[in-house]
Amino acid sequence: MGDPITLIGKWLENLLYSWGLMPGVVSLIMAVIGVVVIASAVLVLDILLVWVERKVVARFQDRLGPNRVGPFGIIQPIADVIKLLIKEDILPIGADKIVYNLAPIMALGTVLLLWAVLPLSSTVYGTNLNVGVLYIVALGAISTLGIIMAGWASNNKYALLGAFRTVAQMVSYEVPLVIALLVPVILARSMGLTDIVEAQSIWFVFIAPIPALIVLITSIAELGRAPFDLIEAESEIVAGFHIEYTGMKFGLFYAGELLHALTVGGIIATLFLGGWRGPGAETYPILGIFYFFIKALFLYWVIMWIKYSLPRIRIDHMLNFNWKFLTPLSLVILIVMAIVDKIVPKTSMLVYSLVMLFVNVVVGWLTLQLLRRNAKSARMRVAEPKPVARPEPSPTAATSQTSSSSS
Amino acid sequence: MLNDWLFIGVFLILAPIFPALALVIPRLIAPRKPNSLKSQTYECGIETVGDTWVQFRVQYYIFALVFLIFDVEMVFLFPWAVAFDQLPLFAVLEGVLFILILVAGLVYAWRKGALEWT
Repeated sequence: MGDPITLIGKWLENLLYSWGLMPGVVSLIMAVIGVVVIASAVLVLDILLVWVERKVVARFQDRLGPNRVGPFGIIQPIADVIKLLIKEDILPIGADKIVYNLAPIMALGTVLLLWAVLPLSSTVYGTNLNVGVLYIVALGAISTLGIIMAGWASNNKYALLGAFRTVAQMVSYEVPLVIALLVPVILARSMGLTDIVEAQSIWFVFIAPIPALIVLITSIAELGRAPFDLIEAESEIVAGFHIEYTGMKFGLFYAGELLHALTVGGIIATLFLGGWRGPGAETYPILGIFYFFIKALFLYWVIMWIKYSLPRIRIDHMLNFNWKFLTPLSLVILIVMAIVDKIVPKTSMLVYSLVMLFVNVVVGWLTLQLLRRNAKSARMRVAEPKPVARPEPSPTAATSQTSSSSS
Repeated sequence: MLNDWLFIGVFLILAPIFPALALVIPRLIAPRKPNSLKSQTYECGIETVGDTWVQFRVQYYIFALVFLIFDVEMVFLFPWAVAFDQLPLFAVLEGVLFILILVAGLVYAWRKGALEWT
């Protein structure tokens, strides 16, 4: 094993045993050290992400971005953190003090907790939980709770509206997300993330492209990023749930959102893009960390790309898109893939994968045909003249007649 | 196995401490001079009218209800997915039947107009 991180861990464990500590105490101390190392590494990464985000946004909007503080502006986020730390903390009148202060802690804390199960390489992971996927789903629900708490406790109508929208959006998009997450579990026969990575001799994104796409879309909705940023729509409800938050409390929401975006990238990379797998990652586990972060950052970039390219969608469109499109589609693809998986023998992995890919393509094509037909009938409905309360004199009547005769 | 959950337990205790630390530091170094004007509710410049906890659309509540049915049922499907190797085709079809009952619920909610945002 040429892996320095495992070596340090083993050395530390032996050192603790040589001090004559009990095995239970040793594993407790090791767990505490592991947690502190993971959490601080992730938080340092989070500070860097602020720089990455601002720089990439600037490039998408044809600007330069931060470039004054340090080389390429890389010290900018540290200046931001200092500014947030010394900013006055305002508690709005009538706010529920405990819930108000607890909400930002929950927003960042739950994202940190996700890193407990993400396998960074074949040997470096927090813990290999045998219900890893379920753990991720559960934490996703708790991070929603943090936002609802923030909106409810702020004593502000806009914040409350943002919280309601959160209920409608995040809770809705969790349904297709959970259904689509069942597909990699079926393919790998396990909920443990390490097992799922090991099962991907062929990346699951090639076996199940539609579930991968559904997971990406619903994850963006769970993040509350554009085009699904109704919960903090600036032009409608000022800043949504975090309107009353200033200083570091707002900073925690911001940091939580950025880190959540990268974590979602990491989760999708683990479930569909082979996680730490890559050339040489089996023999040199340290390479696996590199591959994992390349994939996670690529997906993070895709999420940013979508965020800064698409406009915000309306709330009824958002809910229709989920309940009338994503949920039925994810149910259909789950049923089809479950049955096909049982029928096709797994003797040859290549044949099995090709059949699965073919099934996905067929379902995707049928969905597109259905959508096209639906859109056509909707267009026909729009073209018909609508009844009006006070009919205008001749010019409009004439045009409506010509339009109806032409259609 | 027990060690895994020990790790999660320790993480569960320590994870809120890191953000909480970031909230304690401003308490020590940041200025703190609240006055009644500064801590007013920020809405649009003029004073707020009425109570914050106003009536809201019942639609939000209906969507939460529809979600509840789905989420509880989806959790039951995870063991089915994990044990896929041991299942004969018949058991898989039974799982599919379970999903179809779920679909019937969705179709019912759809036809009832619970999914319309009017």
